[in-house]
Amino acid sequence: MNDTPVKKIWKSIGTPVLSIVGFAILGQLIEGSTNQYVQLVCLGALANIIFAISLNLVNGFTGQFSIGHAGFMAVGAYVSGYLSTEVVKVPGLFDFFWFAIAGGLVAAAAGYVVGLPSLRLRGDYLAIVTLGFGEIIRVILINTPAVGGARGMGNIPRPVQVEIGEYALTPWYLYFLVAGFFVAISFIVLWRLTHSTHGRAFLSVREDEIAAQAMGIDTTKVKVRAFVISSFFCGISGAVFAHANQYLNPSTFTFTKSVDAIVMVVLGGLGSLTGSVVAAVGITFLMELGLRQVTEMIGIDLRMVIYPLILIFFMILRPQGIFGTKELPDLWRRR
Amino acid sequence: MSDFSQEFIQHLINGISLGSIYALIALGYTMVYGILQLINFAHSEVYMIGAFAAYYAVKLTSTVLGVTLVPGFLTLVFLIVVAMIVCSVLGLTIERLAYRPLRKAPKLNILITAIGVSLLLQNAGQLLFGADPKFFPNVMEDSTLATFGVAELRLFDVVVLGVGVFFMTALTWMIQNTKTGKAMRAVSSNATVASLMGINVNYIIGITFVIGSSLAGVGAILVGMKYPKIEPLMGALIGLKAFVAAVLGGIGSLTGAVLGGVIMGLCEEMVVAYLSSTYRDAFAFGLLILILIFRPAGLLGKASQEKV
Repeated sequence: MNDTPVKKIWKSIGTPVLSIVGFAILGQLIEGSTNQYVQLVCLGALANIIFAISLNLVNGFTGQFSIGHAGFMAVGAYVSGYLSTEVVKVPGLFDFFWFAIAGGLVAAAAGYVVGLPSLRLRGDYLAIVTLGFGEIIRVILINTPAVGGARGMGNIPRPVQVEIGEYALTPWYLYFLVAGFFVAISFIVLWRLTHSTHGRAFLSVREDEIAAQAMGIDTTKVKVRAFVISSFFCGISGAVFAHANQYLNPSTFTFTKSVDAIVMVVLGGLGSLTGSVVAAVGITFLMELGLRQVTEMIGIDLRMVIYPLILIFFMILRPQGIFGTKELPDLWRRR
Repeated sequence: MSDFSQEFIQHLINGISLGSIYALIALGYTMVYGILQLINFAHSEVYMIGAFAAYYAVKLTSTVLGVTLVPGFLTLVFLIVVAMIVCSVLGLTIERLAYRPLRKAPKLNILITAIGVSLLLQNAGQLLFGADPKFFPNVMEDSTLATFGVAELRLFDVVVLGVGVFFMTALTWMIQNTKTGKAMRAVSSNATVASLMGINVNYIIGITFVIGSSLAGVGAILVGMKYPKIEPLMGALIGLKAFVAAVLGGIGSLTGAVLGGVIMGLCEEMVVAYLSSTYRDAFAFGLLILILIFRPAGLLGKASQEKV
């Protein structure tokens, strides 16, 4: 392969650049054609995409089972929210990138703390530890006045409006770009990771832990690695969520939030990144735009009646989810 | 005696009485885990349904039959029987519809299903019963039996402890001395070999669910008697704590579940009394994580090596 330098560079950054251009166009289309509520839901969908694919790395590719990922999301959300309200008073557009990355890093550190001791445990014990960890984070947040305690944290900013001549880039559009950037980066990093040697190690742990050990894979290390990477992206999804909603409350990050992501991952297919993306977007829109009115009418979170039914039926009738371990491109690839 | 030690005795009484409730519920978790290696998340919702069954039983007897139940020992027995029947039917149904089709599926799938069933019952409960808390009927009149200075021994604590000990003893006797109990132990140690010896494994699993669920029903009545406020989400937290108790004692071991339940009840009472009440719920999980790190098999559990 004798690629010219230009071709080489394009090979490595082509996809990210193209996807960000794609998000820029998509953002313009959404802003031009929909109302503010739908725009808000779109940002939420982007946060959910990152949330779901990050959970898929642990639950789908590595075969572990975390039911407390809302905890990591909360860490990322609160770090980014705190930085943007208390530390940097009037954040510029580029500040939002490092806010999210800081949120991700703190979440990753939390993931390491939880993962290192508990990943020696077998599947269902791990599940219960992650659940406990998520609850502990929530109790700590409720008891921390610096981040608003049980009242929550409000007035989380979005980027300031930029005006180019008579044309204005709204705060929503700018943050849509930031969120789109992180969706693209998360997806591409996870995609390339799962298709690399390290990704094979994750898969081997999922398929047969003992066989993986026999082939010389340090399964504990691999599991911790998957957990830390996953919680990093989960933290980023939290940051996106924080600036999308502009308000945070500890009661958002309950077990229910973790179940959100589990449903998306299970529905899309454990071990299919594109499946998670499709499921995340689909479920977000279905729940927010379709069921919100019904829910408000009867006053009960109908979502939580439908989610469990989806989970049970899928587990019994189609345990591999819609996509199984296939990815979207596999559908039109020749066998 | 000083005030401090009298107060301490009071907390001891409260803790043991709370602990025996945890123990009853923990037994259900531990039995199912011993046989299916499944954390039956729906167990806490079975418990919740038990409380509502008693609530509606009292309502129905007074509206349909026109009999007003007088608070007393007979009412307690009646409600316990009702809750046990409703809970066993529910437990059996869950096993039949949700878990049996997945008997041969990977463990993760069954776990996800269990979470699904739990959430479904919680939210179906909110739809059916309404989300607002209801008052549990008056089962018995409470009275003080004995006082030690500030500390007092109340009738409820004695009844809770007595009923708890009765059912735990009955269960232990059943497991150790009857044919069904023997079959349960056999299935728990190796289901395949047990089926080769002519044991109907599905039947035994069904029996396990019936027993575990009816104990949750008993627990529901005892809790309802002591803390008379019931709501569809009441199971989640107490179920989780009972589960922690089961893990603490060593999941799969009956004595362990009882021991874990009592330790859990005592610890929680002491944390609230002497440390801080806001961290009460975080404490249970902190305890769980510590145990799993230092003694993953629990206090009385046996560490098992996974075989190839």
